[in-house]
Amino acid sequence: MKEVRFTDQAIEKMHKHLVASYPHEGCGFFYGKIGDRKEVVEIREVENQNKTNPERIFEIAPIDYVKAERYAIVNDLDLIGVYHSHPDHPAVPSPTDLKFAQPNFSYVIVSIVKGEVAATSSWTLNESNKFIQEPVFDNVEKQITNL
Amino acid sequence: MAKVIIPTPLRKFTDNQASFETNSENVYDAIKALSGAFPDIQKHLFDEQGQIRSFLRIYLGDEDINVLDKEKTSLKAEDVLSIIPAIAGGKN
Repeated sequence: MKEVRFTDQAIEKMHKHLVASYPHEGCGFFYGKIGDRKEVVEIREVENQNKTNPERIFEIAPIDYVKAERYAIVNDLDLIGVYHSHPDHPAVPSPTDLKFAQPNFSYVIVSIVKGEVAATSSWTLNESNKFIQEPVFDNVEKQITNL
Repeated sequence: MAKVIIPTPLRKFTDNQASFETNSENVYDAIKALSGAFPDIQKHLFDEQGQIRSFLRIYLGDEDINVLDKEKTSLKAEDVLSIIPAIAGGKN
């Protein structure tokens, strides 16, 4: 398991987006380089396509996924994973998160409680298709994973 | 040759290769050729009946093949196919 390390700019941008999305779930992709650890240098917001229950579900349109892969190739970055928020709910994966989880992706979940960031965590699938937690750090080596 | 863009989560099964080139004449044959070249990816692309998995979407350029000729959509040399996993979730 590798740790996930965000630049301050990237994590602030992600948190700002998810606070603005509250009480709906916000979502997006994050990019960087995968070596000994996953270095996140950029996040890009994506519209939540779920219009019937956006307080509880997020969906990303296929064309937005195509664009995300293209963006990574053009900018010589790795598409590291997907982030989304859990409004007024812990930053732990739900059965729905597990159902749609892809191998070799990181899933960052941010708990937004009463409109403010309460917790940030990251998860990836193991060989048994179960979520395991990845430590999340900012770029001054402060561990920010909390649930 | 047409190019197939492999989604990042499945590159583990293609020796980290991001794309695959093929002379296949249609979409189904192109995806089949990809799984032939990298057998470990097969179960992620096809179900037990040999059909492309229902939760995967295939785009030809910016168009969903479901609005074209689906899996029988013809390919030209300069075409770019994208394999798209379903990205969704939520606290539910």
